[in-house]
Amino acid sequence: MTPTDTRNPIVVMTERIGRAVVAGVEEIGLGAMMVIESFYWLIFGRREKQAVRFGAIAEQCMAIGIQAVPIIALLAATIGMMLAIQGIHTLRIFGAESRVTIGISFSVVREFAPLITGIVIAGRSGSALAARIGTMKINQEVDALYVMGINPVRFLVVPSLVAMLIMLPALTLFSDFVGLFFAGVYVNLDLGISLAAYADETIELLSVDDLMHGLGKSVIFSFLIAVIGVVNGASVQGGAEGVGKATTRAVVQSISAIIVTDMLFAFVVTR
Amino acid sequence: MSDTDNTAPDADGHRNVIEVRDLVTHYGDRMILKGISMDVRADEIMVIMGGSGSGKSTLLRHLMALEHHTSGTMRILGQDIDELSGVELVELRQKLGVAFQGGALFSSMTVGENVMLPLFEHTKLDRKTMEIMTRMKLQVVELGGFENLMPSELSGGMIKRAAFARAIVMDPKILFCDEPSAGLDPVVASQLDDLILLLRDALGMTVVVVTHELESAFKIADRITVLDRGHILFIGTPDELRASDNQRIQNLLNRVAEDDAMDADTYLNRLTGETPAYRPL
Repeated sequence: MTPTDTRNPIVVMTERIGRAVVAGVEEIGLGAMMVIESFYWLIFGRREKQAVRFGAIAEQCMAIGIQAVPIIALLAATIGMMLAIQGIHTLRIFGAESRVTIGISFSVVREFAPLITGIVIAGRSGSALAARIGTMKINQEVDALYVMGINPVRFLVVPSLVAMLIMLPALTLFSDFVGLFFAGVYVNLDLGISLAAYADETIELLSVDDLMHGLGKSVIFSFLIAVIGVVNGASVQGGAEGVGKATTRAVVQSISAIIVTDMLFAFVVTR
Repeated sequence: MSDTDNTAPDADGHRNVIEVRDLVTHYGDRMILKGISMDVRADEIMVIMGGSGSGKSTLLRHLMALEHHTSGTMRILGQDIDELSGVELVELRQKLGVAFQGGALFSSMTVGENVMLPLFEHTKLDRKTMEIMTRMKLQVVELGGFENLMPSELSGGMIKRAAFARAIVMDPKILFCDEPSAGLDPVVASQLDDLILLLRDALGMTVVVVTHELESAFKIADRITVLDRGHILFIGTPDELRASDNQRIQNLLNRVAEDDAMDADTYLNRLTGETPAYRPL
């Protein structure tokens, strides 16, 4: 509120809420347009003489996916072992610790692998996307693309979106295996169940539906991370401070969207 | 047939590559350009000048077809930009080169990759040929051998020259330059002026330059357009500009600041912050 704003506080508050709602709807609309335009360039790019380049997608796959493998491996292993520790501790109360594999398998594949992978990629690649586009915007690089006859959505957004759609499910699958393996290692050390027996039981318990539950969520997370990153980057105003704000906002919004969507997905699919 | 042949000569026999008629533009509710009409002739260097807020940068963005105007018409190389399809606009933009104020080089690419990008995107040349063309253009701007450096490793003047190399790599018909001398020392600024003259003379380009550097404008301009508060104040040769008896032009040339006349109530409101935007409901 400005020092000279003498209006009724209720009016001011209502105006602020109204403006925030309009801004939110605008951002959702911008995000939807980006997704539609991205698919347009993917399908009709060649006809428009601006085909999406495979090299650019491969480059983004490296940045988003391959370079994230070490951190995803570390966190998936940690989550797997943590679930094993907590599961054994809880089930020991009932003397049922040998049944810990059930909890680990479902938790890792249906919940933790997609969630932790999504959060890491949101923090790592969603923020990078917002910062990159925001910096390019304030440095007039986006304008430069336009005047060179290069559509910025085709050049900047499509490779990142496609790479995200490929690499996030792939990393989630990788996370599944790493998480389950390290949980198995802990179960083997604590309960003496062999890794082979643990693997047999895990394979028996898990169905394709369980795997698809996790992978399906990761596809939705891919859209959310890419769109939120791009919209925040494209909305940057001002200089370096604006880029910093947009990057922070992109990470907070992406992680919030991932967690809320995760709950909604679980609610809709498991009932 | 060259693109300038698509344009019919005007009454004075000049071929215009840019024709702007009654251009009105807004940012939000604020009117920026208030009915601009001007022509840019083939092979000339047209300098657009004006004080801060005069609308010269906005006019340049419209000339580059980066913004939508509210009303009026704009023909570039004989084509009405309002009637162009997406593909036609892309094809038109390939005939335009732009050297942005800050260079706008892509920081994730080397200088060579920056210059090569338009060739990579719009031609089917093999990579070897593109690399040769890139080196040739970099040599034109005296940056030969710098193609493997990143933009962050270049000085301000080198960034501007690299931006020129990228702008001319497709041999554009029209080259737009936004404040080419801004932020440079006088020697480097003068070298850039020479480069603009060289590009026009050697490569046969029409050049549109937005600048507020008087010395630079008088050195390179064939004609000068002076904008003032969204209107065109003057169009003519540098000699005609010097001879103008218009007070606002003389103020611009003699670097005399102008204060807007403001009544006492407006001044009081500005001091107290009670501008109409914050008037209580």
